[in-house]
Order: sequence, then C-alpha cells, then structure tokens
Amino acid sequence: MNNEKRNQNYLKYVEQKSPKASWFKSLFHAFLIGGAICCFGQMCGDIIKSYFPLMDILLIGTWINVIVITLTILLTAFGVFDKIARFGGAGTIIPISGFANSISSCAIEFKKEGLVFGLGAKMFYIAGPVIANGVAYSLIVGIVYYILQILAVV
Amino acid sequence: MVESLLMYLKVLLVGGAICMIGEIIIITTKITSARILVLFLMIGAVLGGFGAYSYIAEWAGAGATLPITGFGSALAAGAITGAKTNGLFGALSGGLIATSAGIAVSIGLSYLVALFVSSKTKKN
Repeated sequence: MNNEKRNQNYLKYVEQKSPKASWFKSLFHAFLIGGAICCFGQMCGDIIKSYFPLMDILLIGTWINVIVITLTILLTAFGVFDKIARFGGAGTIIPISGFANSISSCAIEFKKEGLVFGLGAKMFYIAGPVIANGVAYSLIVGIVYYILQILAVV
Repeated sequence: MVESLLMYLKVLLVGGAICMIGEIIIITTKITSARILVLFLMIGAVLGGFGAYSYIAEWAGAGATLPITGFGSALAAGAITGAKTNGLFGALSGGLIATSAGIAVSIGLSYLVALFVSSKTKKN
C-alpha cells in the first residue's frame, strides 16, 4: 500500500519534471518538415520530368523515393539527420526518409557487434517489421485480386 | 507558374497533414516509431488495395507518394498490376517489383555506408 502510493507520487514527480514540448509547436514542426521533404521530392520529380518528359509517372515516383532515400542515408552517415529528426519528429519518420534512416542508423549503431549478427541482422530492427508487414499485405492483395479475377468479379 | 505553385501548396498540405496525424498519434499514445511506420503502411496498403490512393497521389503528387502510406499503396497497387498482366506469378511478385528500387537502395546503401562510418559515442 505504502509502496504503491510512493510509486504514484514518483510518477507524478516525473510528469512534473519531464520537459513538456508544447503540442502546437511539435505539430507545427512535424507539418513543416514533413511538408518540406515532400515538396523537395516534388521538385526532384519536376526536374526529372523536364529532362525526360515521356517518363511514366510511377517511374518518376520511384526515382523520387530513391533520391530521398539516398540523401537520408548520406545525411545519417554525417550525423546531420539526427538533428533534423529531433526538430521534425514525425515529420521525418512518416516520409520514406524515416524508413531509410531507421535502416542506416541501426546499421551504423550495431556495426560494432559484428558484420553478420550485428550489422547484417540488427539493421532490420525497425525496418524488418515494416518490410515483413508490407510484403504480407501485398501478397494478400495480389492473391485476393487474382481470385476475384478468376471469378470474373473485377 | 500559378498552377505549379498551387501544386506545391497541395504537396505541402497533404504531406504535412499526414505527418501531423502521425505526430498527434505519437503524442497521445507514446507509440514507438516502428509501430507508427507499420500502422501508416497498413493504412496505405488498404487504400491502395481499393484503388483509392491513386486519386490522392494524382491530386497531391509527392505529398502522397513520399510518406510511408505511399510505400504501402505501391506494394498493393503493384500486386494488382502484376495480377492483371502476369496472372498468379504477377500477383506474387508485383508488390516487391514496384518497391524494389527503394528497398534495394535503402538496404544496400545503408550496408555500404555502415562499413565506412562508425557511430560516435555521444557525449552529453
């Protein structure tokens, strides 16, 4: 009983002392950084389009992803991305940059545990679930669509 | 010129709004970043599977394709296109084919970069 009360008091104390990022500010930062990354991607797409006007829109989208992923990994390697992520919060996690950063930062972090079980295995600590889930969803969608096609529904 | 500015405004609004929703979920539920990525991926895959996401992507360009929801919808849409053109084999391979460039670059380049860069121990 006494112990429980102490725990509650402690939790209250932690709540008081931990820095409160204001809601509005962090939402605004997420909006700004996320929107800026997307605008940068759109700009890359426009530049690609001006050089290759016949390129398929899906292919341009893939190229935009590749450019943003490459830049994110390089910025992570130079330690710049951490600073942007601290400012932008979800604004850097939700775009594809978050996916790329999660792989590269884990890879760099766990390199000291060895090349196979450190770097090779633990680089997928965050990205692994994402890839596994994504492939599973794609498999479900593909097979369901295939069956619907056979049944002549779609 | 005005049209292009309007497009960038749409990209900023949609891309920023998706990230802002993510930030709201993070603040209110204290969810980890892996979970938030999987959650948004799932939303994207569902919207992509029903063909709704392509309309958003057409309207907002990179603002819709660059967030992880676009990655999820590309997986689902790729599987559907594969099923249409190559039957069962296409249904199995289409999703990964559509996203293979991004996955390959993020894994391969991360591996190569990590070989040359070591983590600095942070001094607080």
